[in-house]
Amino acid sequence: MASTRTHTLFGLAAEFESPEAVLAAARAVARAGYRRADAYSPFPVDGLAEVLGPHRTRIPLLVLIGAVFGACTGFFMLVYANVISYPWNVGGKPPNSWPAWIPITFELGVLFASFAAFFGMFALNGLPMPYHPVFNIPEFARASRDRFFIVIESADRQFDPEQTRQFLEGLKPIAVREVPR
Amino acid sequence: MTTVPLEQVEREEHPVIEPGHTYASVTEKITDVVLRRPPGMAWWVGLMIGMGLLGLFAIAVTYLVVKGIGIWGVNIPVAWGFAIVNFVWWIGIGHAGTFISAMLLLMRQHWRTSINRFAEAMTLFAVMCAGLFPLLHLGRIWRFYYLFPYPNPMQLWPQFRSPLVWDVFAVSTYFTVSLLFWYLGLVPDLATLRDRARNRAVRMIYGIFALGWRGSARHWRRYQSAYLLLGGLAAPLVVSVHSIVGMDFAAAVVPGWHTTIFPPYFVAGAIFSGFAMVLTLAIPMRWAFGLQDFITIRHIDNCGKLLLVTGLIVAYGYSAELFMGWYSGDSYEMYMNLNRALGPYRWAYWTLILCNVITPQFLWIRAVRQSIPLMFVIALIVQLGMWMERFVIVITSLHRDFMPGAWGVYYPTFWDYATLLGTIGLFFTGFLLFAKFLPVISISEVRELVHASDGGRHEPGEFHPSYVH
Repeated sequence: MASTRTHTLFGLAAEFESPEAVLAAARAVARAGYRRADAYSPFPVDGLAEVLGPHRTRIPLLVLIGAVFGACTGFFMLVYANVISYPWNVGGKPPNSWPAWIPITFELGVLFASFAAFFGMFALNGLPMPYHPVFNIPEFARASRDRFFIVIESADRQFDPEQTRQFLEGLKPIAVREVPR
Repeated sequence: MTTVPLEQVEREEHPVIEPGHTYASVTEKITDVVLRRPPGMAWWVGLMIGMGLLGLFAIAVTYLVVKGIGIWGVNIPVAWGFAIVNFVWWIGIGHAGTFISAMLLLMRQHWRTSINRFAEAMTLFAVMCAGLFPLLHLGRIWRFYYLFPYPNPMQLWPQFRSPLVWDVFAVSTYFTVSLLFWYLGLVPDLATLRDRARNRAVRMIYGIFALGWRGSARHWRRYQSAYLLLGGLAAPLVVSVHSIVGMDFAAAVVPGWHTTIFPPYFVAGAIFSGFAMVLTLAIPMRWAFGLQDFITIRHIDNCGKLLLVTGLIVAYGYSAELFMGWYSGDSYEMYMNLNRALGPYRWAYWTLILCNVITPQFLWIRAVRQSIPLMFVIALIVQLGMWMERFVIVITSLHRDFMPGAWGVYYPTFWDYATLLGTIGLFFTGFLLFAKFLPVISISEVRELVHASDGGRHEPGEFHPSYVH
């Protein structure tokens, strides 16, 4: 396995024509025990990520944290400003007339929750990442258009340049290509 | 994972997407507008008019900063003139974009797919135009940061019990969230543009903004989760923003403003005018860019239905105002209603009734909803009507409030009109540049639509919207 080629080889890419084909292939890859494999598609394919490995997204949790943080920031900022730092009698309302704080509390909650969803998604995905080995094969340009790819990385413990290639060819792809590093 | 039956696409006569498309053909058709097709005469003429009006805006704003807001028609008693009318009008127009992208997303209305991208862009430019008016109205625009709570040597804070301060937070949050939502949706399409570009410089530029998106299954999973959550956040946000705009008025004691129906009725009016703007943009755009396969009669028809529903809610709002004026028994409230219908600004009131209550009734007729020229005309009429509505609310209420000795009449000046036309120029310039340089339709979502109604290769009848797990 530890041939010199694995140092220059990122992995092997199999190209498919339809989401159904790539999903079936991904199931076979997972069943064969490959762990360091990923699929690439021009639009989200239901179940593809789950097939390739147990996957729980932490984004909902991040968004909840963002919402709570934003709402607390909003609420306590208003309490500090209009109750503690500069108490201000408006229309005889009590100093901490909290119903009037709700709109800004809500807006800031939404704002920070949205920041969490947006930046959290990119951070967890490791983006922006301008260079990635999969871009080294010219055909990969079609992954953002009409083709579906499965890449098994050479870092996988089961990876063997010959056997993995034979395995991928058995999945009836359009082509199997080496992805240089 | 749930599957949603795709009833409408097959059963109704007009499909959401014309049949025969493949993943590659939709990609080419939409990216060609950006990368291959020259923009054409209509685009250049539109851009010239837009830039011309934008020049007028620059002059109007420069003169305003030099001379102060005395160049406008505002004075006592009408201290809120065109600026606030235009602010409410523009921000209302923006709301349909968010409604389409967020509310219809959550309701699994997949026909939204081919109109959400440009509707979101419409929101961004409309909110930009809207946000400028309160700032210009400040008089000393260079002091705009006084609106935000920041530690300052005067040791003062904004008065947080005022809806006007809520508005600062609502509008700035709304703009920010709309921008994030729009950009998030664009990222996979920017990657497509990067991969399709022939010119190296163009590829680099789109590549930078695509952030290295490569369509990994794990990335898509998080992407969908984030997109759905942002939709869920934007939906209540859009309701809150225009409710707060409504409260700007409702919190005052002026007859015609001081009413509890304002928040919901403002939200409905906002979506009403916004759908009119969606139609105003979609109809020329599908023709100019050859996108009739994606923005079909079905979309025009559905927008017509929403226009009718929101129009009826707005009509209910008008009648509730009349009823409450009478039912309150308050002489000022009753006079305000009479003054609207019979006073010096009666032409504005009757224009609004004609545009917003009578015109939408034609939308009950299917043939009208499916006629492109008629829909375009109705959309323009509704936008005029919604502008008139805000004019009636702001000006008619202020010019005669309680003391007859304090009554007055408001006359807009040339600079009021110049500023309004100028923001229309800003809006169209921005929108036309967007339409040329970015995909006006979400390509990755249209591919999903192709997958659902799949060009003959699979059994139709099942739709898997990506954002529903």
